[in-house]
Amino acid sequence: MDVVSVALANLVSPPVLAFALGLIAVSIKSDLRLPEAVYQAISIYLLLGIGIKGGVALREAQLGEVWLPLLVALVLGVVIPVLAFGYSAAVTKLDAVNRGALAAHYGSTSLVTFTAALVFLETSGQFVEGFMTTLLAVLEVPGIIVGLLLASRGRAEAIDWSASVKEVLSGRSIVLLAGGLALGVATGASGFASVEPFFGGLFTGVLTLFLLELGIVAGRRLRDVKQAGAGLVVFGLTFPLIAGALGVTGGLLSGLSVGGATLLGVLTASSSYIAAPTAVRLAVPEASPGVYLTASLGITFPFNLLLGIPFYYWFAGVLGGVL
Amino acid sequence: MELVNKHLLTVVAEAALERRLLEELGGVGITGYTVTIAHGAGVRGGREGDIEGGNVRIECVTSRDKAEAALAVLARDYFAHYACVAWLVPVEVMRAEHF
Repeated sequence: MDVVSVALANLVSPPVLAFALGLIAVSIKSDLRLPEAVYQAISIYLLLGIGIKGGVALREAQLGEVWLPLLVALVLGVVIPVLAFGYSAAVTKLDAVNRGALAAHYGSTSLVTFTAALVFLETSGQFVEGFMTTLLAVLEVPGIIVGLLLASRGRAEAIDWSASVKEVLSGRSIVLLAGGLALGVATGASGFASVEPFFGGLFTGVLTLFLLELGIVAGRRLRDVKQAGAGLVVFGLTFPLIAGALGVTGGLLSGLSVGGATLLGVLTASSSYIAAPTAVRLAVPEASPGVYLTASLGITFPFNLLLGIPFYYWFAGVLGGVL
Repeated sequence: MELVNKHLLTVVAEAALERRLLEELGGVGITGYTVTIAHGAGVRGGREGDIEGGNVRIECVTSRDKAEAALAVLARDYFAHYACVAWLVPVEVMRAEHF
């Protein structure tokens, strides 16, 4: 498995090409936009679909193979934001509040990056543990909390923790992911068969449509990248590699397959732009969205989608052969 | 026709604040309101906003006292850090018991 052919296979997949089309549409100032309601509906579809499929697989899984990766994911959920906080001090001139906000985003995960990686691995014929979606749900929350904790150290006033935690936990990403998992566990493979055409067969097509819109959203953010400064660009491009390598290594050590370890790498490398921005905006309003949204959506998301995913896959394959 | 003097309080703020602002309004005794999705430009330029998109415009007809109490809360907790503007205009309403 050489890294160039893996990267090329990823680049010509329909979802990634649709993302590129979105970027192009912005650069030529096209009026192309998905209606807001459609965008919301698709994001609900993706979250619920990923949740249900994960739940069906979780039902088949043995506790013995799940608990160690779960523990590793929890530890990474705390370690990654702390690393992001420290690393951003080294490569940017941002203050503690903005670095805490960055840590909250990079500690949390990106559903779409995860989904794109899952589709990429399935297309490559790579086995993936079904309970990886459980890890996605587990990794979503701690990063945000740790990031907010770090940001709060740079603030004069305390954060309203009960409101923040409540908002994160009752946010739709957690409700749909956790709810979908429960649904999948309850209904099992036979129940899933009845919704398979909708959540299975159509899934990659809907993801392609979603990535078209995200290409437009990311493309608009690209304009802010110029103002963000070189330090933030360096952070947005190199931190995913560090965090992703950690995730892949942790995944392989905890007994995950190459596919599973790749996905854990993608989870740790990706940064949130749905749950985290809202939580950060409400809890730490001084932090600049121009910094965290630009880094998360304008730099790291396209990087992971185009180059990161095949890199983590390649790295997992190489490391898996050694370990 | 019997018209009664009231005040119309309008708040335009980033959409993420909607739930919190409605709770604040309830806290000063304002229970009726209308919320609409809004977009526009202000002193900081047009807001591309977060990915969840845009602003909300919250309107409520109320007494001057309650409107001022709400504005005081906005000034204390929101104006400094959030994209949030508010204004108050006198209005005349029918069926004053609705407000």
